Amino acid sequence: MSITEAKCVIWDLDDTIWDGILAENDTVTLKPGIAEILSTLDFRGILNSIASKNNFDDAMQRLKDFGVDHYFLCPEINWNAKSSSVQNIQQKLNIGMDTILFIDDQIFEREEVVNSHPLVECVDALDYSGLTTMARLNPKVITEDSPRRRGMYQDDMKRDVEERNFQGPKEGFLDSLGLHFKISSAGAEDMKRAEELTRRTSQLNASGVIFSYDELDHFRTSPDHELLVCELTDKYGSYGKIGLALIEKGESHWHLRLLLMSCRVISRGVGTVLLTHIMQEAKNAEKELLADFRRTDRNKMMYIMYKFANFKERSKNSTGHLVLENRLEEIPKLPWYIKLEIQNQPYGTKRKNQVIH
Amino acid sequence: MELKEKIRSFISDNLIVADPNVDRTFTDEDNIFKMGFVNSLFAMKLLNYVENEFDILVDNEDINITNFSSVENIVRLVENKKDMV
Repeated sequence: MSITEAKCVIWDLDDTIWDGILAENDTVTLKPGIAEILSTLDFRGILNSIASKNNFDDAMQRLKDFGVDHYFLCPEINWNAKSSSVQNIQQKLNIGMDTILFIDDQIFEREEVVNSHPLVECVDALDYSGLTTMARLNPKVITEDSPRRRGMYQDDMKRDVEERNFQGPKEGFLDSLGLHFKISSAGAEDMKRAEELTRRTSQLNASGVIFSYDELDHFRTSPDHELLVCELTDKYGSYGKIGLALIEKGESHWHLRLLLMSCRVISRGVGTVLLTHIMQEAKNAEKELLADFRRTDRNKMMYIMYKFANFKERSKNSTGHLVLENRLEEIPKLPWYIKLEIQNQPYGTKRKNQVIH
Repeated sequence: MELKEKIRSFISDNLIVADPNVDRTFTDEDNIFKMGFVNSLFAMKLLNYVENEFDILVDNEDINITNFSSVENIVRLVENKKDMV
């Protein structure tokens, strides 16, 4: 069985979250401990959703009565096959099928889901009380972003609705968001989130490398490296710490060992902003810029981003690891609708044997 | 719609212009990397669009600024790929 950490639990309702069958006019009661389990998962940054065959309004009303309705993102409460409900949730949340757990009391439903989505792990509702002790539902690190994750997804959905309803050119909408992008030299307090980002991000991780907490902490304090973290905010609030870059600073060039962005901010185009910023800083320091890239089945967008920023392939080894290079002759402008802020004086604050004249 | 019109219309719908106060019109030769912010999402959408709409496959070597910098150049790329089939 897969050992990928789970990002979302999809719940059935009848005889799973509650005892009884709502559509048969049963008086349903929340199963013991369910509210605590939902709250625990939520705190750990694991999302909860619903795939249930019921009338939407009736079921949501019950969840409200029980005081647990706010935990669920993108609930699929309808009469469709659960495999299609699971797929809808997966697409709306933009997460991998292999990060989803589906819990249902009916073996028929579990098999129908797993038949269409073999990467989804199915759990018998009988075992619901053991959920919080499952390894996949115990993230190695809980960060300040974890308990906020559900709220951040809810904000994203509000943004999506507004974007769909916005009349006029795209940049008008982006401008209306008031985007503020902060790039800072990573501090000790950022290390847990940095490690989490390297493990959670697969679509937008250019080198496909996962660093441990200790490795990242070493780079943070090493005079030969620069570790950057990014935070994006807009009028709805913070998207959290959503980007990470590791630069190895050499004599003649800087080498980007790691560049990653959370999938949640793809539509804001900030990956390009971070890369453009690093290109400009490298140019200011009169260095060439190199970047590691390792193709995975998910990160093609990063390759295209590099190529469209005028990086060229410099070398390729037998395992498919690419080094890209950029002579920085031309650097794209930054988008006018994003306010960029640089914090904690990155570049050159940590020096070896600093000489004071 | 002919090839050129389709590409032009896709770019016009998706590109974020660099200066919100200027006219959004552009010629087939205008450099879209200078006109707008070609971020990773736009780049990915453009590549997917070109591949799916015209049923071609763009190799890694062909993914570069020159081939995608203008309507004219994208048309040339697509036509070259189609000739090879």
